[in-house]
Amino acid sequence: MSVKTLKIDGKDIAIESGTTVLQAAKENGVAIPTLCHLDGVSDVGACRLCLVEVAGSNKLLPACVTEVAEGMDIQTNTPKLQQYRKMTVELLFAEGNHVCAVCVANGNCELQDMAVLVGMDHSRFPYQFPDRPVDVSHEQFGIDHNRCILCTRCVRVCDEIEGAHVWDVAQRGENCFIVSGLNQPWGEVDACTSCGKCVDACPTGAIFRKGSTTGEKERDRAKLEFLVTAREQHQWTR
Amino acid sequence: MDDLANLIDVAKTERSRQKRLRVHCCTSTGCRAASSEAVLTSLQDTIKTEGLEDEVEAIGVGCMGFCGRGPLVEIEPSAWLDPAFQGDKPLENEQLYEEVKPEQAASIITALKGGTATAVKGNPQHPFFARQMKIVREFSGRIDPERIEEYIAVGGYRSLYKAVYEMTPAEVVDEITRSGLRGRGGGGYPTGLKWATVAKMTGDQKYVICNGDEGDPGAFMDRSVLESDPHLVLEGMAIAGYAVGANHGFIYVRAEYPLAIQRLQKAIQQAKKYGLLGSQIFDSMFDFKVDIRIGAGAFVCGEETALIQSIEGGRGNPQPRPPYPAQSGLWDCPTLINNVETFGNIAPIIHRGGDWYAGIGTEKSKGTKIFALTGKIRNNGLIEVPMGITLRDIVEDMGGGVPEGDIKAVQTGGPSGGCIPVSLLDTPVDYDSLVAIGSMMGSGGMVVMDDTTNMVEVAKFYMEFCKEESCGKCIPCRAGTVQLYDMLTHLLSQQATEDDLIKLEELCRMVKETSLCGLGMSAPNPVLSTLRYFHDEYEALLKTPAFSSS
Repeated sequence: MSVKTLKIDGKDIAIESGTTVLQAAKENGVAIPTLCHLDGVSDVGACRLCLVEVAGSNKLLPACVTEVAEGMDIQTNTPKLQQYRKMTVELLFAEGNHVCAVCVANGNCELQDMAVLVGMDHSRFPYQFPDRPVDVSHEQFGIDHNRCILCTRCVRVCDEIEGAHVWDVAQRGENCFIVSGLNQPWGEVDACTSCGKCVDACPTGAIFRKGSTTGEKERDRAKLEFLVTAREQHQWTR
Repeated sequence: MDDLANLIDVAKTERSRQKRLRVHCCTSTGCRAASSEAVLTSLQDTIKTEGLEDEVEAIGVGCMGFCGRGPLVEIEPSAWLDPAFQGDKPLENEQLYEEVKPEQAASIITALKGGTATAVKGNPQHPFFARQMKIVREFSGRIDPERIEEYIAVGGYRSLYKAVYEMTPAEVVDEITRSGLRGRGGGGYPTGLKWATVAKMTGDQKYVICNGDEGDPGAFMDRSVLESDPHLVLEGMAIAGYAVGANHGFIYVRAEYPLAIQRLQKAIQQAKKYGLLGSQIFDSMFDFKVDIRIGAGAFVCGEETALIQSIEGGRGNPQPRPPYPAQSGLWDCPTLINNVETFGNIAPIIHRGGDWYAGIGTEKSKGTKIFALTGKIRNNGLIEVPMGITLRDIVEDMGGGVPEGDIKAVQTGGPSGGCIPVSLLDTPVDYDSLVAIGSMMGSGGMVVMDDTTNMVEVAKFYMEFCKEESCGKCIPCRAGTVQLYDMLTHLLSQQATEDDLIKLEELCRMVKETSLCGLGMSAPNPVLSTLRYFHDEYEALLKTPAFSSS
């Protein structure tokens, strides 16, 4: 095992090579904000919140998919990054219909937490108020596209952990939406095993358990990690 | 095809078959739309009725470049196409006719026996033609793209033979490196370096991909190359396959180019028949097959990682780089991906040597570049010019300037590029100079704008394009372009304030710096460059305060 030494926010650290900057920071107590990253599934580098500055690079690099390199000098929270993160969250709020007061995930929502973290109290960009549907055709679950931030965690968790690949992304640009099956109502998708991993993976209240009301969404995130550990390391303990 | 002798035989047979005079009629997409096929039929019929079959042959060829004045018909002695031809090309033997109507075509043929043609005569010595330097387009518009024999007769596939039999793969890479060729898709990455990286990768399976997903508004260089000289691209790809150790190539062409696809299919079939593609090329150990993949209408699939996803059958979403395709590309194998025009330069470089190529152009940008000259300009069409020529030479001398009024700006690089104001027209056209003034070379679109153009409208047009072509994967591009488009619309309705202008610029920088792929990173360029050079136009649109303090 080879080791790389580098600096994150001025702190010297040594870490196994092949680790991502995000993992390295986490292990050394530096929290880098993320939304599309989910432990246990592949990274896509889509939300751009984990962008960091690396000395000598004129580009901002996504921490989740950038591997550590010897001598890297990383800054994770510069004023520029703070400004961009805030704008990213503003763009997300303006893009969908996020009404915390009536959301199942109120108080337990990663988008809400992110807004608090980056200090966003209102969006400077006009709200788009898109016309998006709600699908409650599934027996146990529902998906409210108004709350979806297109992080694709559900897509990856269903494909990579459950192996069902019920979800995918349809259309492009602002018209993108998470599609179930072959663009069928969720309840009609035979491939769905009703395992509920997408509910646990969803950072907002977009995918929820039926019967839960405002602020009642709870996630069993540990279950996903347990499954991944069990499969990869054959440790069946929780 | 076993060896060189066979190749030379085919060339000889073809040359002896050719008639003394060739009447070229463009049958590419642009001229076809102006009924050039009827012109060609009429030319062929008249040759028969006039009894000139032994002397003259009318041939459907690819693009001659002067698309704005099509259909074009050109008469050229076939001897001039012989690679061994040396000597003068007297002017009176070369005749060009423009905007030929089907009913005028017959008179072009009868004029050969004496008399005058009713078709409009063009001037082959016009700067539009005279100032060009054709390397990639040398035989575009001069040979029949649907007959491999014509390509072989002008020296085609000789470079592939030379590479396979006279050079090692490393020597081929060296030659390309020495030529200084840089990627013609827009990025300008050194081609030799890319080839060397793929060549050095270990692994049994490697791929070569030709990116023909040209999509910039106003750009049609690659379409023209594919339609006019498909074998040139195939030969370039095969040489690349030999150099990097790949035995399989893909050409990714957008579905909107049906004629290019059709001609490529024909070309691949013919090359296979002659043993120039497929197994044991020239009886050597080198195998190389080429397949066509057709795009489904997404601009973003021109981005290399998205293109690879699309070939694999997935959704065309860009992926984070690294890993670069050179390390892990198509089906996770090392993959060489170059643009159509880049591949078009390969055979000439191998034929004449890297040093010859490096002698053309500027210090850091070598060779020639094809531009699609469009917009408010007299001479619309395709030109191939040496790097380092100034924008003014292109637009004013070759292009003939704007039909009415004055030139205001030139847009290069499509939705990723920027608007260059008339004051900077003396900038030389090369990769670095264009980036320095806030635009980019891009794939070669060049849109000329006159003084009636509203630059904010231009910025909005390109933003609308980017907004609609964003794949939606990363937030800055998906949501940012929508907001930028709305801001520009708001500005144009004269409701925006100075704060809005500041916000516009802030968001532009954010989208540019945080987007995942080239589309998002460059989407704000048309806004940023117009903000830089035409700030007064933005200011003039601001809402006038209801109560002025002064």
